[in-house]
Amino acid sequence: MLNISPEEIVETLHMVTQQNLDVRTVTLGLSLDACAHPDIDTMARAVYDTVTSRAERLVAVCEAISAEYGVPIVNRRIAVTPIAHLAAVTPAADLTPLALALDRAAHEVGVDFIGGYSALVHKGTGDGDARLIDSIPEALAATERVCASVNVASTRAGINMDAVLRMAEVIHDAARLTADRDSFGAGKLVVFCNMVEDNPFMAGAMHGPGEPDAVINVGISGPGVVRAVVSSLPDDADLTTVAEAIKGTAFKITRVGELIAREAARRLGVQMGIVDLSLAPTPAEGDSVADIIEAIGVERCGGPGTTVALALLNDAVKKGGAMGTSSIGGLSGAFIPVSEDMGMVRAVNDGALTLEKLEAMTSVCSVGLDMIVIPGDTPVETLAAVMADACAIGVINHKTTATRLIPAFGKGVGDVVEYGGLWGSAPVMSVNGWAGVRLMRRGGRFPAPLGSLRN
Amino acid sequence: MHTPAILSVLGEDRVGIVAAISRILADAGANIEDIRQTIINGIFSMTMLVTVDEERTPFDELQRRLAEAGEQTGVQVTLQREDVFRYMHRI
Repeated sequence: MLNISPEEIVETLHMVTQQNLDVRTVTLGLSLDACAHPDIDTMARAVYDTVTSRAERLVAVCEAISAEYGVPIVNRRIAVTPIAHLAAVTPAADLTPLALALDRAAHEVGVDFIGGYSALVHKGTGDGDARLIDSIPEALAATERVCASVNVASTRAGINMDAVLRMAEVIHDAARLTADRDSFGAGKLVVFCNMVEDNPFMAGAMHGPGEPDAVINVGISGPGVVRAVVSSLPDDADLTTVAEAIKGTAFKITRVGELIAREAARRLGVQMGIVDLSLAPTPAEGDSVADIIEAIGVERCGGPGTTVALALLNDAVKKGGAMGTSSIGGLSGAFIPVSEDMGMVRAVNDGALTLEKLEAMTSVCSVGLDMIVIPGDTPVETLAAVMADACAIGVINHKTTATRLIPAFGKGVGDVVEYGGLWGSAPVMSVNGWAGVRLMRRGGRFPAPLGSLRN
Repeated sequence: MHTPAILSVLGEDRVGIVAAISRILADAGANIEDIRQTIINGIFSMTMLVTVDEERTPFDELQRRLAEAGEQTGVQVTLQREDVFRYMHRI
């Protein structure tokens, strides 16, 4: 007996075909702890063998599920143990063999990206961490699919300000070494506060120490679907009605993510981890978080009212999503990348959206300063201070914040960079020139806030 | 393995759609459990609940045959596992 109405079936089909509903990523988290070996080449071989054997069927399984359920799975990815953990067991000064092994493995199994070229240094930087961080620019330039991330702050520890300044140098180096690709190396590098261990999204995915040996994490999508629902409401619908409509849609989107996560985990014989409720935009027309904010009623994203609209959106998505799955995890907050969202790009070009407004928006969603292209000659201290400001929002408010800033080598305000595909294109944005240079040169640690004392 | 699936047909109404689809299902050993037809927003819409005998005809092979028939008759034919709709629209 057909207990689903034809209208509901058509609604689902319409979401996929007209409103870009998809599962943004199925990410296989893999522990590489067993690969640890003092000899870097032996370790690199073990890394390659582990990834290629454990992830051998990932792409085929995702393709089969996508076809059978009629829901596109846009990305298949792998997240691994923070490579700084492996770096700690080898005296090798040059860690690029590990990055190259990860990249080769990613190509071999056909995944889009492999994340986890990472270190967590929020309280202090160990020897392995330092070598890993030193190697990031070269690793990102020499590989295609490897993504790096570094956690420099946490609510429990405060902000490692020396690490923030160091990461600004690393970002500049990554941008310079990939100058021929519009400094794209920096687009594969995220600096975190309160990094999570089960994030399925790139470039900040890694497989945390609290995770099982292998796990499937899924990132949902659906800005286009949410925008369509909000747009269909009358102009005088009150905000409770708007929130209710978003909530109902988020439930449906999340259920698809839950189903795909369960099925992928079952077929691969690994544990199902989490469903990440982040709304992730793409450069496709209409698949935009900025468009949702404008559909709610802001004239142009970035204008007054943007923060409250984003807060309402993010909260309603969580409420709907929480009903859809008992396995919420990852970042679970709306993404507001600039280059990957045509609505954001339009808002920047119209002069409505600035770096400062994006920072304010960071306080009510998960990943704030994301895929923002800034002038290549932005001073290191200025870049570091922008990141420290984002960290402060995360540390004080017990939330994840992240920055993915690209100082495009040789480019200035008014230039446009093109990355293509899901990475999109973006105008170079101006950065306030009155930065805390002396502040950033002080270094040391921003102490853990009073709010961290919760026991 | 008997897999419940939803078959949906969207497009302009014309003679022979049901016949063409039913023939393919019968040849594949897929049983029609329920069938409904309606017009939604001016579009001909037919939905079927079918049970696919995957040992006799693999799911992807049946999808291929149906898509081919859809192209010939000028309608969009989609076969999806039933649980995606149940998950999305029912708690």
